[in-house]
Amino acid sequence: MNEKLKIFTNGIFRENPVLILLLGCCSVLAVSVTVSGALGMGAALTFVLVCSNVVISLLRKIIPDKVRIPCYIVVIATFVTVVQRVVEAFLPELHKALGVFLALIVVNCIVLGRAEMFASRRSVPDSLLDGLGMGIGYTMVIVGIAVIRELVGNGTLFDIRIIPEGFQIGIISQTPGGFLMFGFAIALLVWCLGKKGKKFDPRIGCDGACGSCAMGCANRVYDLPAGPDAEKKEVQS
Amino acid sequence: MSRQILSVSPHIRSARTTRSIMLDVIIAMLPALAASAILFGMRAVYLTVISSGVCVLLEFLWEKLLKKPVTVQDLSAVVTGMLVAFNVPVSMPIWMLVVGDIAAIILVKQLFGGLGCNFVNPALVGRLVMMFSFATAMTTFTGSSGIVDAAVSATPLADPASYGWDSFFTLFLGAHGGAIGETCALAIILGGVYLCVRKVIKPIIPLCFIGSCLLFTFLFGGAHPVLQVFEGGLLCGAFFMATDYVTSPITDWGKVIFGVFIGFVTAVIRVFGNYPEGVTFAILFGNVLVPYINELTMTKPLGAIIPEKKKKEAAS
Repeated sequence: MNEKLKIFTNGIFRENPVLILLLGCCSVLAVSVTVSGALGMGAALTFVLVCSNVVISLLRKIIPDKVRIPCYIVVIATFVTVVQRVVEAFLPELHKALGVFLALIVVNCIVLGRAEMFASRRSVPDSLLDGLGMGIGYTMVIVGIAVIRELVGNGTLFDIRIIPEGFQIGIISQTPGGFLMFGFAIALLVWCLGKKGKKFDPRIGCDGACGSCAMGCANRVYDLPAGPDAEKKEVQS
Repeated sequence: MSRQILSVSPHIRSARTTRSIMLDVIIAMLPALAASAILFGMRAVYLTVISSGVCVLLEFLWEKLLKKPVTVQDLSAVVTGMLVAFNVPVSMPIWMLVVGDIAAIILVKQLFGGLGCNFVNPALVGRLVMMFSFATAMTTFTGSSGIVDAAVSATPLADPASYGWDSFFTLFLGAHGGAIGETCALAIILGGVYLCVRKVIKPIIPLCFIGSCLLFTFLFGGAHPVLQVFEGGLLCGAFFMATDYVTSPITDWGKVIFGVFIGFVTAVIRVFGNYPEGVTFAILFGNVLVPYINELTMTKPLGAIIPEKKKKEAAS
């Protein structure tokens, strides 16, 4: 049970998809201008992520290794199309606010990243929990950033005016403000996670599968000093 | 740290400190401040004093909060505060000025590690943040009780063609709309000459900057290229902001490249851009290129042997 809980909370804190894995940043920067838009985006992404994780985990033994990425994309695109049609039909306002970013969930790095890194090699319940955790992690970040950006930059929350007209700092809701808040959010999370004893090591959540990874991150296994990963190091070389 | 000035080797010891240099910069800015008091009224002085005070306070509080050594006595925060105030119109509400100070001191200077570690000019980022946030307040140039009064609405750069040679003295003495510290060309040049005489700055960057801006404005067919030198923030930027030690190249040839480049960018924005003035963007753009310019123009030690490997890399 503890193991399952860890998979779930990993996506929210230690392996937060946006702030630690740094995936799916473009939608976070673009859609975090209003809180309502951010909530909609978070919900849509979480739905797609959970569904695609489950389906890909189910199909993980059937999908041939060489064409796995196109297969993932087909699965993801299916669910994105479902979400898009539903939102367009029932929430036209939200559909207008999200614009192209709803369709762009298809190529959102978080969804594809979790399919490649997690769902394609883990059981269905694990993948479901991972998708849920990652989705909630994403939603928390984008809504958190949106609250500050809408409040400080526009003086409103859910389009209700809170700060009187003329006292908002416009740059926060513009593009530079998005990058600023994104940076502050990363710093805040790393600082919070590192409080117990030593500094937090943002080792990314990829199970150290460097052989099948083209990301070239700073934590590639064969670049690590001898330690728990020494065994893998030998395998690689 | 306080007794070292980063430059090309060989190094020599001197009695100059950060504090004495910053004091010279403050003295050099006083003529422009006096001119602004005459032109725009005493509110210009209040704004400058408040901005400096807020910057010093912010730096002090930040360093106390993070338990770092307090460095406010080196006066660099005072200079930053003055420059932020120099970049706003006299009618600027004070809380907006404070937002600019926060952007300059906290965002650019302290978050990146304090004096010597900021990657761009703090005061210019302060200006940029205020410009994007409070566009109306930043472009409303109404005087309070000075020579320049409510009649003036825009900087000459908004329509440079309408300022001919007959308005040369208006431009040179600064009796036109603009930010507090940038309108009076005479006072800024006085300050700049003082800095050069005191050897605080080398005149390379200002001269290359102004010269290349003049040349490119002429080449691009801008109206009255010579007069445009005295309009907007070009002189203020050239003498007080582009020459910031931390964010300008350390080699002489680097300074030439830097000056010509930001002059070029300024001219491009002035002639073709949507914004009337491009000095802020140009200097910030130049600032981020400084490490590369430094590397490009680094002097080789006399008799140094370049390792084989590097030669091969350079050849291929």
